[in-house]
Amino acid sequence: MSTAIASAPVTAQAFKSDTKPIWCPGCGDYSVLSSMTKAFAMLGLRPENVAVVSGIGCSSRIPAYTTCYGFHGVHGRALATATGLKIARPDLTVLVAGGDGDGYSIGGNHFLHACRRNVDLTYLVMDNHVYGMTKGQPSPTTESDWDSKLSPGGTGLRTFHPLVIALAAGANFIARAFSGDPNGTAEILADAIRTPGFSFVEILSPCVTFRPEQREWKQQVRPAPVATTDDPARAARRIITDDGFNIGVLYKSSRKPYQPSLGKATKRLTDLEADFAI
Amino acid sequence: MSPGKAPRTISRKSGVSRTPRTQDRKKPLAKPSVGDEADFLARAWTMEVEAAERYAMLADAMHEHNNLDVAELFRKLARIEQLHADRLLEENLSMHPPVLPTGGIRWEGGEGPETADPGELHYRMQPYHALQIALTSEKRAQKFFADLARNASHATVRKAAREMAEEEAEHVRLIEEWLKRTPAPDRDWEHDPDPPAQSD
Repeated sequence: MSTAIASAPVTAQAFKSDTKPIWCPGCGDYSVLSSMTKAFAMLGLRPENVAVVSGIGCSSRIPAYTTCYGFHGVHGRALATATGLKIARPDLTVLVAGGDGDGYSIGGNHFLHACRRNVDLTYLVMDNHVYGMTKGQPSPTTESDWDSKLSPGGTGLRTFHPLVIALAAGANFIARAFSGDPNGTAEILADAIRTPGFSFVEILSPCVTFRPEQREWKQQVRPAPVATTDDPARAARRIITDDGFNIGVLYKSSRKPYQPSLGKATKRLTDLEADFAI
Repeated sequence: MSPGKAPRTISRKSGVSRTPRTQDRKKPLAKPSVGDEADFLARAWTMEVEAAERYAMLADAMHEHNNLDVAELFRKLARIEQLHADRLLEENLSMHPPVLPTGGIRWEGGEGPETADPGELHYRMQPYHALQIALTSEKRAQKFFADLARNASHATVRKAAREMAEEEAEHVRLIEEWLKRTPAPDRDWEHDPDPPAQSD
């Protein structure tokens, strides 16, 4: 391959693989995939320099739909996997993707510590307030009064507020996006990737099968009426009092990312592989 | 309050919405804000390309769910929009796509006026619904260019926008004709004897 071809800009379309998504027609995750690939193209990235790591769930299928390196991992452990990858390969752009159940329940503890460690990752959560893949159980962000066959009368439980938690735990960049605004979401994702440290982007992504009422979100979202702040106290007041529909970068700081020195490798890769030989 | 506090206007019994929602729930219209002729061409071309890409994506989605009639229809719409994009370049004697700003065109309202809303899909939708989606998109495009024809600061842009508005109006007419030839869906078109939202 000539240098000219190798350095040609990669289009958003080139970040999409030949594997076609099997999400439900109307699912917000289609647009999130488009936003993600647009963001990569906007930043001039190349597929071989990007890794997309996910857990389990509908949205966690996303690595397969890209031409980047991908890791479709264990439920709730995407952030742990991605942290290891980024520490070992700081040259890669590492994007972590998943859903609200994967990230806030099964992976809740990893979420806290990923925010705290502030490794240079971008974590996007496609939040639809439900476990879609397993047929509609309430997730941590499900409203307490959401009545369904699997939660008659609602769970009665207080909802998890991921943005507040992320801020309290030390995330360096906090934003909310909406899948129905793919270009705006792409810009937010590009900003998140560009910002050093742990960037958390919550994307409201409707589940049209189990939460068809979420189609109304497009009437409810709006650009956040305030500018991005780097003051955590101000951000906390804003985030805790908003109604969950303000879209934009809500907090951006400049805390130094955690990137430990790797030292010298003491084992060759083949030796490591030998440990796992069956 | 969490975002899920949306009003529940949709039947939870079937787990799906009752009506195709192309008429009353569209994104805000992209407001025209166009500079010179080159900017106009870039926007018009991008609008067609983005519409083509979106229809192709919708076709893939319907194909994966074995709704082959609708998949083929979306595929056809994608080809038509791509033809429009190619023709725009030919008419402007351009061999190459226009140079776009970094990150592409930033439409007010999120997406280009002609880009179909993926949230309108339903796995049991019929060609009639797909055409309704296309009709809504064409009408938005027609309005976009008509507004531009009135408000653009450059006379050449106003003229080009007027021509595009006329062309989009013709597309609207063609799709309306197409709709007349397409059987309307049954009242229970979305009824699924084995619905995906059914928990055991």
